[in-house]
Amino acid sequence: MLKLEPRAEPSKAWVYASPALALLITIVVAGALFIALGKDPVRGLSIFLVEPWANWRGASEIALKSIPLILCALGLALCYRSNVWNIGAEGQLLMGAIFAGGLAMWATEAKQSFSPWVFMWLGMLAGAIGGALWAGIVALLRDKFNANEILVSLMLVYVANLLLSYLVFGPWKDPQGFNFPQTVTFDDGTLLPRMFKGFRLHWGFVIALLAAAVMAVFLFRTFKGYKLQVGGLAPAAARYAGFSSRSALWTVLLTSGALAGIAGSMEALGPLAQLTPHVSVGYGFTAIIVAFIGRLHPVGCIFGAALLSMFLIGGELAQSRIGLPSALSNVFQGVLLVALLACDTLIHYKIRSASRSIYAGKVAKEA
Amino acid sequence: MSARLQLEGITKAYPSVVANDAVSLAVQPGEIHAVLGENGAGKSTLMKIIYGAVAADRGRVLFDGREVQIRNPQEARALGIAMVFQHFSLFETLTVAENVLLGLDRSQSLAQVTQAITAKASEYGLPIDPLRPVHTLSVGERQRVEIIRALLTNPKLLILDEPTSVLTPQAVEKLFDTLRLLKNQGCSILYISHKLHEIRALCDTCTVMRGGKVVASCAPAQESNASLSRMMIGSEPPALAHRVSKAGAAVLQVKALSLPKADAFAVDLEGISLTVHAGEVLGIAGVSGNGQKELMAAISGEDARVSHESISINAQAVGSLSPGERRALGMHFVPEERLGRGAVPVMSLAQNLLLTRQEAVSGAGWITPGKLKSQADAIIARFGVKAGGANAAARSLSGGNLQKFIMGREISAQPKLLIVSQPTWGVDVGAAAQIHAEILALRDAGCAVLVVSEEIEELFELSDRLQVIAKGKLSPSIARADASVELVGQWMSGLWEPAHA
Repeated sequence: MLKLEPRAEPSKAWVYASPALALLITIVVAGALFIALGKDPVRGLSIFLVEPWANWRGASEIALKSIPLILCALGLALCYRSNVWNIGAEGQLLMGAIFAGGLAMWATEAKQSFSPWVFMWLGMLAGAIGGALWAGIVALLRDKFNANEILVSLMLVYVANLLLSYLVFGPWKDPQGFNFPQTVTFDDGTLLPRMFKGFRLHWGFVIALLAAAVMAVFLFRTFKGYKLQVGGLAPAAARYAGFSSRSALWTVLLTSGALAGIAGSMEALGPLAQLTPHVSVGYGFTAIIVAFIGRLHPVGCIFGAALLSMFLIGGELAQSRIGLPSALSNVFQGVLLVALLACDTLIHYKIRSASRSIYAGKVAKEA
Repeated sequence: MSARLQLEGITKAYPSVVANDAVSLAVQPGEIHAVLGENGAGKSTLMKIIYGAVAADRGRVLFDGREVQIRNPQEARALGIAMVFQHFSLFETLTVAENVLLGLDRSQSLAQVTQAITAKASEYGLPIDPLRPVHTLSVGERQRVEIIRALLTNPKLLILDEPTSVLTPQAVEKLFDTLRLLKNQGCSILYISHKLHEIRALCDTCTVMRGGKVVASCAPAQESNASLSRMMIGSEPPALAHRVSKAGAAVLQVKALSLPKADAFAVDLEGISLTVHAGEVLGIAGVSGNGQKELMAAISGEDARVSHESISINAQAVGSLSPGERRALGMHFVPEERLGRGAVPVMSLAQNLLLTRQEAVSGAGWITPGKLKSQADAIIARFGVKAGGANAAARSLSGGNLQKFIMGREISAQPKLLIVSQPTWGVDVGAAAQIHAEILALRDAGCAVLVVSEEIEELFELSDRLQVIAKGKLSPSIARADASVELVGQWMSGLWEPAHA
């Protein structure tokens, strides 16, 4: 018999060991799943864990996919530290893609020529506005009507998704596109400059890393960041100190919306170079896992994003190499999150064998 | 005849502290036995071991001469041990009878329980209506419910943890009558307290604990407050130097403040008026739950519904200002809840400084960690806070040390007006004496001080004037020299205007 006993102090070691243990559990479950599906578990695991890193191209693809994950996760980590439960980064990302994509479409059709180095910032600005607008709706409804931000932000994901579909199936459809639901391919001048010749990785990666650094400084070195975290950790202490919970709500939602919107702009103006109904492969949702794996710390988000990005690519490889559905990576993401939440129990509790009290029971009966 | 309860060499160690170190004591049938000790002396752990909520590492428990293993509270109740906790476990939306029914191990109908409550209530002089919802009861009445719930199990041993902290002096007398009646019927009582005069008035024997060990056992009736205090803390607390106050201009003025309750379990404030002058301490007495919390939130600015004119600081209306804006005018506030309100539990002491002190924040909003740490170190040193340094998490401190830090944080801001709620609640005697001295020093320096406390002794020690809050109304002010414990106790029941009541 095992028994959970509360710790006197939360364990610092387990804060960091928990993600590692969760990853181990996920790997074991994944191996078992491969066996159950009749595949060689060693081969399956190596496709997920080793092959994505096998060469420069693979590594650059991991970095590419980690860009939207880092940006969304940074915003979500800020929200969660402030006790604002925004789970709609996906919708904010899509709105960012729509705004930035719309701008690029206008530039392409109006034959405006831009330097990529200039348009990059315009695209990011448009994306940030789109994402912040979408998150602003959540803040407004929460502020004015006390509407639950979890539900509102989640439902707005579907609205954003349908809006994107409407645009690419309707008014924004490429007239020369053989009726495919997609916009024109954006002009080269509107696309994000790439870091290395022959790889899809663009300079957005550096911007994402910089954003993590800025977020870390904001959280741990500025009074504004401090106030937000007090509001999340102890709302009564924030009221006592006189820190406004309204301003915190607006700040974190607009910031996380803008970051997700920038992520969307980088997808539209990066690897896609056009809008389709499938701008995102669930980056906004995956970023929730990234934020928690990264312990809501900006630097942790970078590592978490690399890990989850590897899973996404592993899923694609598993499909092409051994004929497994790419949805497998969603399964692994889910297992990872559940395992992490379970392992986090160990931060506040320790496992004790309950044999001692059984023995005590025996003594009492004999007495 | 064997003892009702005998403990032999009870030891319980936690990772950081030995809570009980070879504790032995014996309670005779029909004896009221006091366990006296400061906070952190190990009283609560010992009671939890007796009640089966915590398992001892070593030692024997004998009940009526038979060795027993008490593994959980159900087994304790089966033996005839009942406990009334300091913090009640009642469901506010349920009636008295429903609450009692939930706590009983055996299945009885609600009608039977209702009848049993009425019977016990009249037998022990504890009037209570079993059909009233708990949220309509005063704190004293709630405690009565807990006691009746305990008595319904017909206990042989009743454990009471700090039972008088929520009672008026008159209600304390009534409680003592009930306990003496129980004692005469042969029930043993373990009475946990740090109030020396109560122990001397009520208890037959007294076991004194310090640092997890039993340091003395005595007959309290033959001891003095000073000798008991010496046993409890190893020394006598320093006597406070009382100086006549030189009250100056009015600093805080509350004018006819009325505030409807924010939720069903709060209290309406009705026509509250008070004035605190520079260089004086105004004490507000009252049984908890009579509007203290609501009044504090209104004065501190946490309750934003207050009309602008009803509160003023130095003749400037502040009713619609935020807590931060009021702080900028020189008002500092030490709230009753230290963890979660006065301090963020997981943050370090240095970080907690930033809640109310922003000297280490630059104009552009940057935090200077070095400056913050040295500021925290200075407070820790000046106020003798026992902590693992400025980077220790607030929750790693004992209640008394955290209170010293929070008091230090507000006092070192050199406030013009200091508001303190329950300054020594859960604080050991040594720290309490230090906090009292700091408050009086601040008063002598010309600060206006408002102290809200449930401990009358504390208010008589600190205040120059007293007012009493009862049912959301505030009594007239009375100079301490003219007040008596009896009068204040009477006012605590809301009886200060016999003519119009």
